Amino acid sequence: MSSASSAVELAGIARRFGSRWVLKGADLVVGSGEAVAILGRNGSGKTTLLRIVATLLRPSRGSGVVFGHDLAREPDAVRSRIGLLGHTNAIYPDLTAAENLGFTLRMLGRSVDPRAVEATLITVGLGAHANTRARGFSAGMQRRLALARLRALEPQLLLLDEPYSSLDPEGVELVTALIADTRRAGGAAILITHDVSRATSIADRVVMLDDGRIAPWTPGVLVAE
Amino acid sequence: MTARLALSRVMAVAWKDLTTERRSKAGFNGVVFMAAITLLMFGFALGPDPAPIRTAAAGLLWLTVLLSGVLAFNRSYELEIEAGALDALLLYPGGRWPIFAGKLLANLAFVLLVEAITVPIAGVLYDLPLLTPLPGLVGVLFLGTVGFVTLGTYYAAMASRVRAREVLLPLLLFPMLVPLLVAAVGATKAVLAGDPMGYGSAWIRLLAAFDIVFLAATFMTFDYVIGE
Amino acid sequence: MTHTMEPRVSTATAPRAKGSATLIGALIVLALVAAAQAFGFLTSPPDRDMGHLQKIMYVHVPAAWNAFLAFVVVLAGSVMYLWKREEKWDLLAASAAEVAAVLTALTIALGSIWGRPTWGVWWTWDPRLTSTAILLVIIVGYLALRSFVDEPERRARWSAVVGILGALNVPIVYMSVRWWRTLHQPQSSPSTVDPAYAWGLRLNAIAFLLVMIWLVRARYRAARLERISELAAEREALGGRG
Repeated sequence: MSSASSAVELAGIARRFGSRWVLKGADLVVGSGEAVAILGRNGSGKTTLLRIVATLLRPSRGSGVVFGHDLAREPDAVRSRIGLLGHTNAIYPDLTAAENLGFTLRMLGRSVDPRAVEATLITVGLGAHANTRARGFSAGMQRRLALARLRALEPQLLLLDEPYSSLDPEGVELVTALIADTRRAGGAAILITHDVSRATSIADRVVMLDDGRIAPWTPGVLVAE
Repeated sequence: MTARLALSRVMAVAWKDLTTERRSKAGFNGVVFMAAITLLMFGFALGPDPAPIRTAAAGLLWLTVLLSGVLAFNRSYELEIEAGALDALLLYPGGRWPIFAGKLLANLAFVLLVEAITVPIAGVLYDLPLLTPLPGLVGVLFLGTVGFVTLGTYYAAMASRVRAREVLLPLLLFPMLVPLLVAAVGATKAVLAGDPMGYGSAWIRLLAAFDIVFLAATFMTFDYVIGE
Repeated sequence: MTHTMEPRVSTATAPRAKGSATLIGALIVLALVAAAQAFGFLTSPPDRDMGHLQKIMYVHVPAAWNAFLAFVVVLAGSVMYLWKREEKWDLLAASAAEVAAVLTALTIALGSIWGRPTWGVWWTWDPRLTSTAILLVIIVGYLALRSFVDEPERRARWSAVVGILGALNVPIVYMSVRWWRTLHQPQSSPSTVDPAYAWGLRLNAIAFLLVMIWLVRARYRAARLERISELAAEREALGGRG
């Protein structure tokens, strides 16, 4: 079922928590170079689906492939290709911005070049705050630092869960640029948002998660958050 | 995973945990205070006659270490959960044992530092001769602490992620630590009595065996504990 | 992942037929225990020192042996679960742990009742009594962990490693406590016991083994039926797609 041109292929993904079924058989194919936005109500299972693609949750049923690698059988191959931006920023508040990035680089086994770290921080507008502890950052600044961390991971597949939350217009542009850079390199992006206008302007394709399944989204259908 | 990458991860996690601890200090001060108050309360429970206190001193010292040290382990993971960073840690490809090793090293440094303050306090309060048997005492404290921190760091990976974590951790941990407590107290008693190479050596061997068995078992099974 | 679909039992007819089989099994086990106890009581002369108090041994010792055996089943189920990732092994380990808890508690209670007139105290820091008590709290920790984790797959994985580490600790506990203090008479086994008691002990050990197996089976079946009802609810929720 896997073809070289697709970034993600999900087939019949179902997941339950206790006795409640959040996903009931979601199918989705994302091509290389494609950006897909998923709309859905609160509790429709968007985050669950993203966490399954990120190998953080196992599906109760169904299977999935990321760049030809099976989620269940080759999780490490999947993990080395994805970059997840979740609800939380994965930022340690008692470390400085530069130390946070340095930690990520050391976890990847890369050497920490202070000038490269500073350059990455400058791209997200935190150049002046490299040596400030993240605890003092505003929510928007922490989100920007999370975007810098995502850049450091150099992912082929971006998994973005409400990436615009707490970002100002300039910060929103940073997300757009990150998606564009990833796609240029042959990567793909899955984007979860409740913002219909941003979804349609950034993504090639917009789908809906409804009653635990993926459905095509028709313009005009209001997705209430 | 290459050895270089594994080492880089171990050191990164240990450095990150210790730096956070050093900058916030709340955890360390709290644990040291808890240890000091425990030593005092044991004194009030057994005193004022100094004889029973001195007889029980080795046991009291180790109970103090266990009761205060146990407060440190859940923090190690709460730090990740509060920052929303546990997912990010799990998404680095490769085995998860370097995460465990890093946290274990950080917790080991933490508890050894608590002991460096607590043991002299116990020496003063319980009138223990600490200087003469110091090398043996340091060795026994180190061996006992390695086993304690290994199992504490391991079980906290589960306990810190369920409701009632404060209850579950000691419930899982303390029954497992009975042989360690028995051996550590036996060895400490022997060392304090000035007989480090005599009957204390059997207890020291048991402590070393305990450490080796559970270091191996926890490293081999940590992947099962930390995932999903 | 597929193991969640595994327990496929014909749910319509199974419970009633199994119910009567269970009842017959229970009666047979009960009769065996009664016979073995009667045999032990009738054939053994009053002990020189302990008198008829000795007869507590016919429950105490078999319960202790089988408690350890149940713990071995916990270990085996845990290892098999991590290896095969099949839910049935987790359910087996959990059932055995419950039975081990009951038998360990029974062993301690009877040891205590026996100790009061023999040693003059309800509790003594004897190596075997003490290590049995530690075993009990290790099992209680295992069962507590199970009750705190809702997600079945995570619960199975976590309790498997806790079960394995607990079992690894059993010999270490025993050795440490034995070095710590030895004040008990040598362990009871048919070879160290007067021949007049040996057959009674052997028979009761077998009878208790059957009790243990029957209890583990009953708990296992109950756990499995719970999973089947969960899976039925699952199929309904998925609208027949399951």
